[in-house]
Amino acid sequence: MTSDAPRPPPRRRFFGAFGQRELKGLFWQALVVGIAVAVIAFLWSNTVTNLSARRITTGFAFLGREAGMPIADSLLAYNPRDSYLWAFVVGIANTLRVAVIGIVLATILGTVIGISRLSANWLLSRLAAVYVETLRDIPLLLQLLFWYVLMQALPAARAAWRPIEGVFLSNRGLILPAIPIGTPQLWVLGTAVLGLVVFYVIQRRLIAQQMRDGKPRPAWPFGLGLLVGLPAAVSVLLGVPWTIEWPGLRGFNFVGGLTLAPEYFALLIALVTYTSAFIAEIVRSGIQSVPRGQWDAANALGLRRSFMLRQIILPQALRVIVPPMTSQYLNLTKNSSLAVAIGYQDVVSIANTTLNQTGQAIEAIALIMAVFLTISLGISFFMNWYNSRIALVER
Amino acid sequence: MTAIADIPEAPRTARPQIGNPVLRWLRTNLFSSIPNGILSVVLLAVLAKTIFSFAQWGIANAVWLTPANDSSACRAVRGVGACWAIIPEKYRFILFGTYPFDEQWRPALAVLLFIALFYLSTRRALWRRELAYLWIAALALISLLMWGGILGLTFVSQDRWGGLPVTLILATFGLAFGFPLGILVALGRRSKLPAIRSLSVLYVELIRGVPLVSLLFMASVMFPLFMPNGFNIDKLLRAQVAIILFAGAYLAEVIRGGLQAVARGQYEAADALGLSYWRKNRLIVLPQAIRHVIPPAVNTFIAFFKDTSLVLIIGIFDLLTTAKTAIIDPAWQQFSVEVYIFVAGIYFVFCFAMSRYSRSLEATSGR
Repeated sequence: MTSDAPRPPPRRRFFGAFGQRELKGLFWQALVVGIAVAVIAFLWSNTVTNLSARRITTGFAFLGREAGMPIADSLLAYNPRDSYLWAFVVGIANTLRVAVIGIVLATILGTVIGISRLSANWLLSRLAAVYVETLRDIPLLLQLLFWYVLMQALPAARAAWRPIEGVFLSNRGLILPAIPIGTPQLWVLGTAVLGLVVFYVIQRRLIAQQMRDGKPRPAWPFGLGLLVGLPAAVSVLLGVPWTIEWPGLRGFNFVGGLTLAPEYFALLIALVTYTSAFIAEIVRSGIQSVPRGQWDAANALGLRRSFMLRQIILPQALRVIVPPMTSQYLNLTKNSSLAVAIGYQDVVSIANTTLNQTGQAIEAIALIMAVFLTISLGISFFMNWYNSRIALVER
Repeated sequence: MTAIADIPEAPRTARPQIGNPVLRWLRTNLFSSIPNGILSVVLLAVLAKTIFSFAQWGIANAVWLTPANDSSACRAVRGVGACWAIIPEKYRFILFGTYPFDEQWRPALAVLLFIALFYLSTRRALWRRELAYLWIAALALISLLMWGGILGLTFVSQDRWGGLPVTLILATFGLAFGFPLGILVALGRRSKLPAIRSLSVLYVELIRGVPLVSLLFMASVMFPLFMPNGFNIDKLLRAQVAIILFAGAYLAEVIRGGLQAVARGQYEAADALGLSYWRKNRLIVLPQAIRHVIPPAVNTFIAFFKDTSLVLIIGIFDLLTTAKTAIIDPAWQQFSVEVYIFVAGIYFVFCFAMSRYSRSLEATSGR
């Protein structure tokens, strides 16, 4: 620019404050929203016409009616005379029973296999690699059907396998010894939880003190006292009976103990083994992401192996591990819906039966979606909170 | 766990390279320490036992062939030997379902075309515009083969299709339509326009938050309610739509990752050239973004190739459903394990080839 004269202000366009860019943006948004609204309105009007033609009333009033469907295996007490609403609650509990236990077991198995893949033992690492490749490349539904067929091919109750005393494996499922939990036992468990909370607070205080003066203060004596000693003392003082209920064979069926039905057991095995293959890869890449120099530095300081892993390697590996792990937990939870293929009554299976009995398709599917969206959001929320806690704080 | 102690191998002191190379290998890889040696012995024992009992069941005591429709030889060895005879007996039903028996060369040819198409698409030298035309031509040819009705081919309606071609159709069309959908949604999610951005987010989160089973139920049960009276679309097509919507949401997230990896300067350079939004994306941003995401996109494709098997739940005759139906036959009912192993082998070959390919891409795309 050679001239010193101030530039004239830009000319105001026709639409006042709006420039051409904004106008274009408005146009595209109006177009897309318009199309979306038009499609929804079209589908909505069709649905309303169809529903009235088929004399289906909409709404959730049917939830109060008697369900009349049998639920073979449930965590919560259920009777076919209960309402559809209660049947759904029972189904949600069954879904959570598979998902929560599945997530815990898949994490443990996946971590073991992921670490095995990195082992210096050639045989172990090869076997772990074969496990991962095989399970990842076969559809979960096929694996589920396979496990279910194997469950059904197990011997009958009378000829059940007994791998260990008190454990029976037969075509009735897996039967384990159980500890009956009543009010006195709950008191002891309550003290243990309280002990855990107190232990957490003490541990934080000890770490804060160490930060100040650098003197290490072991936390384990407190842990032992609060988590083992305290519940044991309460147990002895109150005289809580910790009896084990051993299952036994009476006639043609088992009595006592904890029964995992074949459907539940097959679903759990399929979900755990399949997901563990993916978790193994995540754990492996997480550990490999920690630079060699960290190991060397820890070695040079003469730290113990366990301390090195716990305090140096794992915290760094977790940053890489946690986000993809979240998606695996979500996948496992969503995949539990395959239960419908083998007749384990999770929330999807119960919604499907409801849909067939009442014709309330929209409501039943909306309920499935609402349940899974809630669970997914819950898991994401918790894992994101955990992730933000362990994330690297930069500058 | 002794294993964890070994993770990044501790720098080994250089041992004198003497002795038998086999012994040396065994020493470094299996017997480097006492716990490692014990572990190796235990694993070897377990492995040997497993292989031995599997060979006994699957090879030594197995029945390979029986006279047509006669399972007595298999029943005789039940429990001690495998009945592979069920595969020659049922393989045509498992592979092609209820497609007319005499016309089964057509779906067989369609499967070969699919495989050739996949193979050509993996060659980097062929990633040109012509490949897109090839895809369109091949998909048209496959539809022609499957439906027939012209050129002297008898017409076969969609409800008689089944087996492997259906699995490949669901997966391939899911990819072919899901990918462009994914690109649009990914662009929408990064758009500056709030309405478009929130619609894209809503779509992705809704689809990814619910199980595929519920989307398939929606396609099979609710779709007829959504459509005007008298408008009927085929069950297979409805499932296909659900799979496209599903694939679109997952691919959108993959592509979004690629878009984020394109350097800011590239956008700015395109803006400086005065390119319009669409030209900027088509010519500058998307080619780079897509190159970044080919390996994860292949992995997503593997995942949803496997997930197409879920159409079993709404009664569509894909490969898994035909396998499950083949063993309903009372004479052969007890030999489902053999059939599942056979079908698992087919899925494995496809997925393993894709995962190997994705790994080779990751290795060569270091650039």
